[in-house]
Amino acid sequence: MKDNWKRYVFAILVFSFFAFSLHLYSIKNFEYRKGYNSKLAQNGELVWQKYNCQSCHQMYGLGGYLGPDLTNVLSVNGKNATYVLAVIQTGNKQMPANNLSEDEKTEIIEFLKSTDASGVSDPKSFVKQVNGMISKDGNGN
Amino acid sequence: METENKIGKFFLAVALIMLTLGLIFGGIASISYISPGFASSWIGFVQLRPLHVSCIMFFILIGASGSVYSGLNSLMPKSAYIPIAYLQLGLWLVAIIFILFSYSTKQFGGREYWEFPPKYAILIALAWLLFLYNFVTVVIKIKKWPVYIWMWMTGVFFFLLTFTENYLWEFPYFREHFVKDMTIQWKANGSLVGSWNQMIYGTAFFLMDKLSGNTAGSKSNLAFRMYFLGLGNLMFNWGHHIYTLPTENYIRVVSYAVSMTEWILLARIIYLFRKTVTEAQKLFHYFPFRFLFASEIWVFLNLALAILMSIPVLNLYTHGTHITVAHAMGTTIGINTMILLGACFEFMMKKNDTLVGSKVLNFVFWLTQFSLFVFWVTLIIIGLNRGMWQMQTTPSPFSSMMAEQGGLFHVFVVSGIVLMISLLTIAVALLNSFFKEIFSRKLSA
Ligand code: HEC
Ligand code: HEM
Repeated sequence: MKDNWKRYVFAILVFSFFAFSLHLYSIKNFEYRKGYNSKLAQNGELVWQKYNCQSCHQMYGLGGYLGPDLTNVLSVNGKNATYVLAVIQTGNKQMPANNLSEDEKTEIIEFLKSTDASGVSDPKSFVKQVNGMISKDGNGN
Repeated sequence: METENKIGKFFLAVALIMLTLGLIFGGIASISYISPGFASSWIGFVQLRPLHVSCIMFFILIGASGSVYSGLNSLMPKSAYIPIAYLQLGLWLVAIIFILFSYSTKQFGGREYWEFPPKYAILIALAWLLFLYNFVTVVIKIKKWPVYIWMWMTGVFFFLLTFTENYLWEFPYFREHFVKDMTIQWKANGSLVGSWNQMIYGTAFFLMDKLSGNTAGSKSNLAFRMYFLGLGNLMFNWGHHIYTLPTENYIRVVSYAVSMTEWILLARIIYLFRKTVTEAQKLFHYFPFRFLFASEIWVFLNLALAILMSIPVLNLYTHGTHITVAHAMGTTIGINTMILLGACFEFMMKKNDTLVGSKVLNFVFWLTQFSLFVFWVTLIIIGLNRGMWQMQTTPSPFSSMMAEQGGLFHVFVVSGIVLMISLLTIAVALLNSFFKEIFSRKLSA
């Protein structure tokens, strides 16, 4: 039948989609700076979700837009865990004050340490290439 | 005479109610931009944003389901299994009640666009399973599918798939590495948007067939080539959301390459522009068509913006700024909402309803387009300013960058509220005629 090409194209696309997905799920080789507790950091991400911090804040530029990106907030000069916890506790003009439990405080700080260790979100940290691509070291990495 | 399309109408009516709520929440949320902490002792931005976005998502998803049911009903009258459809709608309603309640009591726990406690997602997934069942049992009886049935099928199937993928983070394995976690999250999110687009574009195709009386287009090879282009993008272009994430480089390369195939779509629109306009003049008096035509203009504007944003070098300037918001709202309002409103007018309103084509509605139609344009352009300018700010070597503090944009935020809020009022008027007009019909039938029964 002359309509068969549709089925073939469809099948090839669907197959590639599943293969690509499974491949991505199995990636293991992310290189991480260490210096945080992974278990606590994972819980900390759930604290981040529980208080819906993402409605105003971003990680790697993804999230809400009222507040700043917090991926690397702990690396900024003068901004440490004490500062961050103080901001969370008191809030500010736009940000509501949040009363975290002691465990939640530890966990969210570990989470912010883990995002900080995962890389740099500042778009200036990229080298621009003439073909429109970007990379961290100019060599496609 | 067409057979009664009761179930389709019920879905569309619920969708319009969600649109009404979503618009009101969006309008109030926007005020936080010019009056920090507005109404926050009562309901804050942290609740309003998810209330807005979730209601809008529900409008789109339930509206798309209603359009598909309506389309199926006119292709294969009475073949969908009605009790299942009602059960599906019932599950949606229960989910919505729980979700709205949890937002208003500050119970979150989910991720972007689905911030409610994850357990409620099960209700949505169940509703969708019923939809899939109903859909498959009907279309299996149709021979030689036109392109819109392929598109609906793709949308219905991929929504379920990507909605599930969207919750993989529930398994700790997927949260071990933050970067991988975000990669999968935005893979799911990107394809999820693509899947409802398939359902809605399919509806637009179906309506154009019906309105123009020419059904050859939806069976042509060209239509299928365009469909496959869209499907390829749904599957592989999501990487443009995460260019700046330190993930595997080939993810960037794949999505950059796939995204650039959209130039073909853009070129085609430009090439066909003359023809589109001539055809439009013939049908413009017909109200549902107007919305389809408006959506074509918005496709053009948003596609141009999206292609530029998908070039990694330019993405450095647009990512994480209000240009992304312009893109998100530009497409969901300009394209999805326009097509769904066109479908509502076609499927819900009686042809002789005096409202259709009335002066008031005509004015509101134009007001919608105009305010949306101002809203969209303002967001782009705000985003450009933030983009330039984030690329400065020593940027000023975040709060002063935001404060400098105060004037533009006012334009954003005012145009947004005009847009809100005009879309509300249209939604209420449609709902009004729907309830009148139900009510008069009750009386005469
Ligand atoms: C309603 C919006 C909103 C929500 C919700 C919100 N924030 Fe904020 N946050 C802001 C704004 C706006 C600022 C920046 C204020 C400024 O710079 O003047 C900010 C600043 C911060 C800062 C300081 C950043 C810096 O570089 O100095 C931290 C840390 C922070 N927020 C953490 C959080 C956490 C953690 C949560 C969730 C528990 C949260 N925020 C929820 C709006 C919000
Ligand atoms: C049919 C109409 C609408 C649709 C489909 C829609 C859709 C959306 C979507 C998808 C987002 C998420 C954007 C993102 O994360 O990038 C969003 C956010 C938002 N929308 Fe709408 N919207 C609509 C109408 C409105 C109106 C009328 C207003 C204002 C008066 C409004 C105000 C907002 C605000 C303030 C945000 C949050 C932006 C932020 O994070 O700071 N929306 N909307």
